[in-house]
Amino acid sequence: MEIKIVRQILDWNEDCHRELRDLLDEKKVLMINVMGSPGGGKTTLITKLIEGLHDKNKIGVIEADIAGKIDAEKIAALNIPVVQLNTDGACHIEAMSIKNILPDFDLEELDIMFIENIGNLVCPAEFDIGEDLKLSILSVPEGDDKVEKYPLMFSRADALVISKYDMKEYFKFDEERVINNAKALNNEIEIFKVNSVTGEGTKELLQWIQNHRK
Amino acid sequence: MHELPVTQSIVNICLEELEKNKGKAVKEINIVEGELSDMVPESIHMYFEILTKGTKLQDAVLNIAKIPAKIQCKDCSFEGTFNKTDFFCSKCGSENISIVGGREFYIDSMEVEDFGD
Repeated sequence: MEIKIVRQILDWNEDCHRELRDLLDEKKVLMINVMGSPGGGKTTLITKLIEGLHDKNKIGVIEADIAGKIDAEKIAALNIPVVQLNTDGACHIEAMSIKNILPDFDLEELDIMFIENIGNLVCPAEFDIGEDLKLSILSVPEGDDKVEKYPLMFSRADALVISKYDMKEYFKFDEERVINNAKALNNEIEIFKVNSVTGEGTKELLQWIQNHRK
Repeated sequence: MHELPVTQSIVNICLEELEKNKGKAVKEINIVEGELSDMVPESIHMYFEILTKGTKLQDAVLNIAKIPAKIQCKDCSFEGTFNKTDFFCSKCGSENISIVGGREFYIDSMEVEDFGD
């Protein structure tokens, strides 16, 4: 006999993701999943955003890496609650990893939570982890063909941050190509161009984040 | 790339549904995968064979049907399939498109053996 099923295969992660979304909505915490290549500027951007947000917002950070605590130490130096998540080889994090680590934070005392995902343009795009916003970073030195080469990372993002924007002339970076490709995949995607070291271009991104506060 | 946990999920769902419907064994599983999904069918087949040994799924045939990606053109209202490497409307050439289908990945149905068969 035939049994009609119609069940999503990735539900094992999606169910956990929805559970986290409910919890974070209840606690009024905005969670932002920051993704991008290794060396693309995720930690530097998060550090700069903390600088611009921490006056009006209580912030927490989850740093995900395969090994080590280098990035967590950088965030801890800013006196921001941070937990290092080591995946010991896994190339991405899943919703369950975040569910297991959230008890380390007092969610009543947080407004915004950044998750710095594993440096990887492929796998993190597939897994929702309880976030409200997905922010994908593409740095100028990586090249202007990456949206075409890694479509899932950008089609599912709420924002594309072009980082190291000050390097544009040195790398013959065609930003129009990047923006057109990203908009074709996802018409609603917000585009920001930043120098995360100086903070140039981050004003609009800070406002966008602030506008999403719960 | 994550076909192992994904295949495990397929196995778990099918065993659960088999139990729920009081079937004896699974003969066929029909999966729908959108063209833009990253899962590699060959890898799923490989893991499926390994994971189902000794279970009520071990003789099941796994069918993975690919469905094309779909776009909607905001300029000419065309809605239809597109070549997934060309990010423009195949009717009017506009780049002002949004992707409205192609990321599906679900178990549609299965054919089971009743205890009465």
